[in-house]
Amino acid sequence: MTDVAVPNTTRKDWASDQEVRWCPGCGDYSILAAMQMLLPELGVRRENTVFVSGIGCAARFPYYMSTYGMHSIHGRAPAIATGLAVTRPDLDVWVVSGDGDALSIGGNHLIHAMRRNVNLTILLFNNQIYGLTKGQYSPTSEQGKVTKSTPFGSLEAPFNPVSVALGAEASFVARTHDMDRKHMQEMFRRAHEHRGAALVEIYQNCNVFNDGAFSQILGRDQRSEMLIPLEHGQPIRFGADGGRGVAMSSEGHLQLVDVAEAGEAALLVHDETREDPGLAFALSRLARGPFEPTPIGVFRDVVRPEYGAGMAQQILDAQERKGPGDLATLLASGGTWTVS
Amino acid sequence: MSTVIPRQTKELDRVVVRFAGDSGDGMQLTGSQFTTVSSLFGNDTATLPDFPAEIRAPAGTLAGVSAFQVHISDHDILTPGDAPNVLVAMNPAALRANIGLMDAGGTVIVNVDAFDERSLEKAGYTANPLVDDSLTGYTVYEVPMTSLTMEVGKQVGVKPRDAERSKNFFALGLVSWLYSRPVEPTLEWIATRFAGKDAVGEVNTKAFKAGYHFGETAELFESNYQVRPAPAEVGTYTNVTGNTALAWGLIAAAQLAKLPLFLGSYPITPASDILHELSKQKHFGVRTLQAEDEIAGIGSAIGAAFGGALGVTTTSGPGLDLKSESLGLAVNLELPLVVVDVQRGGPSTGLPTKTEQSDLLHAMYGRHGESPVPIVAARTPADCFDAAIEAVRIAVTYRTPVILLSDGYLANGSEPWRVPDVADLPVIDVTFATEPNHTADDGSLEFWPYKRDPETGARPWAVPGTPGLEHRIGGLEKAHGSGNVSYDTGNHERMSHERADKIAGIAKGIPAAEVDDPDGVGGAEVLLLGWGSTYGAIAAGVRRVRARGLAVAHVHLVHLNPFPANLGDVLRSYRTVLVPETNLGQLVRLVRAEFLVDAQGIAKMQGLPFHAAEIEAAVLQALGEDIAEPGNAEDAAI
Ligand SMILES: Cc1ncc(C[n+]2csc(CCOP(=O)(O)OP(=O)(O)O)c2C)c(N)n1
Ligand code: SF4
Ligand SMILES: [Mg+2]
Repeated sequence: MTDVAVPNTTRKDWASDQEVRWCPGCGDYSILAAMQMLLPELGVRRENTVFVSGIGCAARFPYYMSTYGMHSIHGRAPAIATGLAVTRPDLDVWVVSGDGDALSIGGNHLIHAMRRNVNLTILLFNNQIYGLTKGQYSPTSEQGKVTKSTPFGSLEAPFNPVSVALGAEASFVARTHDMDRKHMQEMFRRAHEHRGAALVEIYQNCNVFNDGAFSQILGRDQRSEMLIPLEHGQPIRFGADGGRGVAMSSEGHLQLVDVAEAGEAALLVHDETREDPGLAFALSRLARGPFEPTPIGVFRDVVRPEYGAGMAQQILDAQERKGPGDLATLLASGGTWTVS
Repeated sequence: MSTVIPRQTKELDRVVVRFAGDSGDGMQLTGSQFTTVSSLFGNDTATLPDFPAEIRAPAGTLAGVSAFQVHISDHDILTPGDAPNVLVAMNPAALRANIGLMDAGGTVIVNVDAFDERSLEKAGYTANPLVDDSLTGYTVYEVPMTSLTMEVGKQVGVKPRDAERSKNFFALGLVSWLYSRPVEPTLEWIATRFAGKDAVGEVNTKAFKAGYHFGETAELFESNYQVRPAPAEVGTYTNVTGNTALAWGLIAAAQLAKLPLFLGSYPITPASDILHELSKQKHFGVRTLQAEDEIAGIGSAIGAAFGGALGVTTTSGPGLDLKSESLGLAVNLELPLVVVDVQRGGPSTGLPTKTEQSDLLHAMYGRHGESPVPIVAARTPADCFDAAIEAVRIAVTYRTPVILLSDGYLANGSEPWRVPDVADLPVIDVTFATEPNHTADDGSLEFWPYKRDPETGARPWAVPGTPGLEHRIGGLEKAHGSGNVSYDTGNHERMSHERADKIAGIAKGIPAAEVDDPDGVGGAEVLLLGWGSTYGAIAAGVRRVRARGLAVAHVHLVHLNPFPANLGDVLRSYRTVLVPETNLGQLVRLVRAEFLVDAQGIAKMQGLPFHAAEIEAAVLQALGEDIAEPGNAEDAAI
């Protein structure tokens, strides 16, 4: 907005004076800290930053930021943020949502924000449970999940948020988790740099209603064997010394291989910028859930026309063609007659 | 065509023509062009498009009949007319569906070519009404419209099936002759509308001329008619539909308030034309988003309002249901927002293309919690322009969502409108907050998003991008002043009152209810209280009653929440208060509850507007007068 240099800030400058009220030990704390520590590095201004959220534990996030913010209603944050982002392209608009908020009640808005490629940075706090309403299963809960509303186990197959985003034509999709601040910050930074809709799924522990949902892959001792870091332009490998990797089978599906057996040349080289989302989708299906080796990082980062910019361009084009709107001309545009 | 027999032209003060045909017959186009020509000629006009919900119901069936009624006159009129004087019926179904609307003695012009056995059967006729005596009492003209149009098509060299489609232009030509309409405007209109489609334009032109000449030469009609221009206030006029006027009102209001206009909307009949119209006007800087549903429509408008735009969403009944939760959010956020509800028949999908005023109580109460929303209603198609400006004024002045009620009748109906001088439009003042507005205990300056203006109760509108005013708002209850989340019981009570008082206080800034009572307030025995699109019929009914030498008063509300400050006193000044509404009694409930007056409702639930005669009858009954006694309706300039 101004030419004046962006003031230097610290984490403290981005924290509001409101007491943070998540349960002690909740993963949301580390996400908030990662964000408040990252923003001073992004060269952005507080007044030009807006957090819009829906309803849920995750959705309390904006209250804790000293930026502009709106804690709206359940599921609707992407729609509200869309109206803000397209009318105010000068702002950084972040959306904070939970798995129920984003994928159940608000599923429609989420997919359309991504399809339109609105300039939004969407953070999906996935704890695979409804936290705020005290522990019902969510659209990302594993099948068979026993909760208060499913005492005999849930019957539903879960959504995979990365697969949903890719299916909804998202131009940027990433996954990270609440145990690794550096990785979160890197994903947030990349998502923020992206023009268009960027979705970051964050595996987040709800230690009260779904404790340990990700412990099989995120435990300190498990991570190296169970997380598959995606790095652009690099062969996809993981395991203690990169001993395992991802390769394409002769039948055309992705599989996990021992590098020693398959040979380095067989490994899939990750390309975030691939037009065709097919391989990114296949990567998102590699793990059936957070109990098998799971890719994290940027799945996809492609350039697509951004919706708000297109809207602004149509206005400029129309003004070029017709000149700026003149009210008197408009009111007479249906043909007039005069009584004298 | 040389043997034109000069016939006399009779003068009429007014006429009601109804064009009726199959949905595919182009009756809406025909009717609106006849209206345009009449307006250009200087008549006063009022229209009632009446079409089915199905885009193309099976051809030739009653379900597929589409009609357009227009009232033209040499004096100022208020309604599209009760009973048509002339019915143009393009097929048996059109005749059967509409003949019941006609008074005995009316004129019926039928496309006789369409009265074959199959078509009669499809329309449900067991005998041909043209040959049995079911139409005695009407003057019936049988015109072979299809075959004469096909003849024209043959000359131009188009396929018979294509030529047949121009028969509505033949009908337009014939009726244009019958009422001595100038032909040039229609010929020019055909030329522009069908520019580039040479053959189509040519057949339409020729069919139109053929219809006109048929009237002149066929010796079927013993005379034709003239309806002279109506005296009108000096000025420039145009014909507008309610939806167009409403869209233009929003554009005007945005300019007056110096705010960028943003519309989030999901298509729905009969509101879609507002979305269409605003989408065309991009050079005004208008942003339109066809949202994924009505919730996103209002949500995006709320987001835009948070960013400092004029946020608007447009819909009809089913969409208003979906917007309820978001409307409550906007009430709590105290951001300006305009929600336009173009009402249609309900419940559920109801009667999508028919008019009704049945969303008033929904607008008033259709949210959980104590969630007051101001309501403004347009009364005529052209009035939609002013109503839109008023809704915006209230929204931005008081930082509140406003519901603007229109309906299907206003949306699609049209009337001549004296185009206002842009310089005469009201000013709408909007200032964004730029500075902190509160001194904390420690002396530091803060911004309090819920510190209210003492005059209006409005909170400051501080938009993102303003340094130093960063704040968070949301649907949770807020502490008064600071706007921080608060679960304090006393604070909730206080905030509930602050919100309610703010809306009630709008009454201080709106005009008193105007009473049309020649004997002064309280002069007549009976007061008619109306709102919205019943204006024309009630005002016309009032003229009819007064033409009998009887007294009646009329108040028509623009503001339904809050009511004008004097309304209670006005209502209590009359022995009898009648409230005609096209619902089962919604305003009547509100005024009974609010003012403890024994107002009585007059309900009509047919998907159609009131007739002036129905209003007249209700007043006569209330006065104990003999309804059967013929009145002076013809003099009453309805
Ligand atoms: C319209 C509506 N329906 C239901 C609720 C109740 N509700 C609040 S949060 C929530 C689910 C939250 O789950 P999630 O989005 O996963 O967020 P989390 O609390 O786990 O962070 C529900 C059902 C509501 N606030 N509004
Ligand atoms: S319920 Fe779960 S998600 Fe919500 S704050 Fe507590 S730990 Fe966090
Ligand atoms: Mg959750």
